[in-house]
Amino acid sequence: MTKPLSGSDIAQQIGDQFPDAVTDSNETAVFVRSEALLDVAGFLKESLDLNYLNNITAVDYTDYFELTYLFTSLASNHSLVIKTRCEERDNPRVPSVVSLWQGADFQEREIYDLLGISFDGHPNMKRIFLWDGFQGYPLRKDFIIDVPGGGKATKQGVNDA
Amino acid sequence: MEIERPYVSSELDKIEGAQIDALMAASKEPYPDPVAWLHEELQQNVLLTSTEHVIDWGKRYSVWPVLLGLACCAFEMICAAASRYDFSRFGMEVFRFSPRQADLMLVAGTLTWKMAPALRRIYDQMAEPKWVIAMGACTVSGGAFRGSYSVVPGINLIVPVDVYIPGCPPRPEGLLHGFMELHRKVLADKLIKK
Amino acid sequence: MTLNTEQVIINIGPQHPSTHGVFRMRVTFDGEVIIDMEPVFGYLHRGIEKLAEHKTYVQNIPFTDRLDYLAAMSNNFAYVLAVEKLAGIEVPERAEYIRIIMAELMRISSHLMGVGFFLNDMGAFMTPVLYMLREREKILDLFEMACGQRLTYNYMRFGGVSHDIPGEFMPALKRFIDEMPGYIDEYDQLIAENEIVLARTKGIGILSADQAINASTAGPVLRATGVKWDLRKADPYSIYDRFDFDVPTGTNGDNYDRYRMKIEEMKQSVRIVKQAMEQLPQGEICTRVSPTFKPPKGEAYGRVEGPKGELGFFIVSDGSAKPYRFKVRPPALLNLTVLREMIIGWKLADAIVTFGSIDICMGEVDR
Repeated sequence: MTKPLSGSDIAQQIGDQFPDAVTDSNETAVFVRSEALLDVAGFLKESLDLNYLNNITAVDYTDYFELTYLFTSLASNHSLVIKTRCEERDNPRVPSVVSLWQGADFQEREIYDLLGISFDGHPNMKRIFLWDGFQGYPLRKDFIIDVPGGGKATKQGVNDA
Repeated sequence: MEIERPYVSSELDKIEGAQIDALMAASKEPYPDPVAWLHEELQQNVLLTSTEHVIDWGKRYSVWPVLLGLACCAFEMICAAASRYDFSRFGMEVFRFSPRQADLMLVAGTLTWKMAPALRRIYDQMAEPKWVIAMGACTVSGGAFRGSYSVVPGINLIVPVDVYIPGCPPRPEGLLHGFMELHRKVLADKLIKK
Repeated sequence: MTLNTEQVIINIGPQHPSTHGVFRMRVTFDGEVIIDMEPVFGYLHRGIEKLAEHKTYVQNIPFTDRLDYLAAMSNNFAYVLAVEKLAGIEVPERAEYIRIIMAELMRISSHLMGVGFFLNDMGAFMTPVLYMLREREKILDLFEMACGQRLTYNYMRFGGVSHDIPGEFMPALKRFIDEMPGYIDEYDQLIAENEIVLARTKGIGILSADQAINASTAGPVLRATGVKWDLRKADPYSIYDRFDFDVPTGTNGDNYDRYRMKIEEMKQSVRIVKQAMEQLPQGEICTRVSPTFKPPKGEAYGRVEGPKGELGFFIVSDGSAKPYRFKVRPPALLNLTVLREMIIGWKLADAIVTFGSIDICMGEVDR
């Protein structure tokens, strides 16, 4: 079984190397400041042999964006979840991890396309699914679409209608 | 690895994006379904009846489709072309890949606004007489994805459609029924229209 | 005398006989050799992730069918696993076995199409596809017996499956499983020793193990490079730890090894289905869950080993009847990350065959 590493233990290790990078931690995940993301990710790739990036997800909680990274070590069969938050709405920027894991390439472009978060250091930061000239970022909660039979959409989410 | 490209991809993207926006703005009203071929007054051609019959027989039994499978319905189309629900019995197994050699555009799968200019261009490249079949609920009205920000709600906003086949996906037998309806329509298209 | 060649840009797609769906590549050539490739996606982007936030959890199960439409049962499986993890729903034994049988039959069907269209790209126009479709029709008959649909099943539910398998399913399945190894050997004999196939696939499209791991590839593409990573063994979900099967790996990571993976995986799937058929117990098929059930607040990531790789669903719930965020980890999109490195330096025909060997499905790439 893939062993999910405990967030609190790893937060200790990160805190020793990078003193103020960790903002929070719990059993399942470690919360890291977005400016320190690249350094922390590089450190974890070396020390815990996390050579495989499974997934990057971005969620729009209306006050902030939260990005979740899931890493796995294929040789030692353990995994770790790192989360980071971005408070800005107008031009959110987060460092890119493409230099460490090439698999982040298309996933970061997708997050830029659908949510508007740009990644510093990505060689090709442009839209991937929608065409150039599309106004707006669809997955944000304030992009309202009218789905037949889909309930009443508001900025906080969709009400049960 | 970085390689010098002979083009700038962001400029190409801008040009294509402008084409898509222009098509979106121009496609607000659906094309009327072509039923002008079913006019009754065109049936007075007594002298040409037997030639017409032969020509109609030729036209009806060898309608060649152009391969335009976009999404899931494409696999039911492929199953209809395979050995169990063979549609080469109708003379149609010759899928031409070039629209210049085809008579029928069989649109199977969801059409998005990004793909719409390409679809219109393929339709324009086909030679007359040509027909369009809309296969699947997504091409009829947008289907399960109606209301999405990037789905065309029905391909009759882009091209005029002759036969609509509902279903998600329609069974191969449904597609064969659609072909037989198209054959009836082709028979009704007389040689002299005006 | 050297020929003066200048660079030519050619657009392959989106409508092309060899693209597995609507995929476009802008390729720069120097003579006949490829020097650069830029993939363009989005021709089938339907906005499933946004639409899913407007429908209840059960209403989203048909959306998952349309993601990777060649392996719809696996998509259903991953989604219901994610939501069951989130809400803590138990699944009865009979339903677990039925799910495994359906998922493995789906893997056989998807690999048949993968191999058939791979050979189609090479020029064996439609002959292997017609042979593979003969077997696939038998699998689709079995699915139609169970749930009434041929392509998009909507079969799995939270807590089990929607319909029980009817009486005539097991004899038909037994007949199919008894003849299938013979058919797989027939295909292998016709394809694997063929000179043209060997010349066009051996040593072409090579991917090294380090490159594959760094680029987050999964499934047969990763295992062909020699990395033994299969979620059914490394992180078993459902009841996969009760079955006895091998995980085949390749050596070179070229097109031939990726083809070999699919054939070997089909044989292993037949083994798993045989064991599941023998151990299938009687009992309930679904724990009742209300159609508008509200899972607790939180998030969960459920994943399966689909035919194309690790297929995962990341669901965030805010306590209401509709998901707050519905994210799909698309194995086909991530397998395409390395396509550019694999085809630079080769010719156009090799590019098409390499692309076909990765075996993608555009519904999942674009969502």
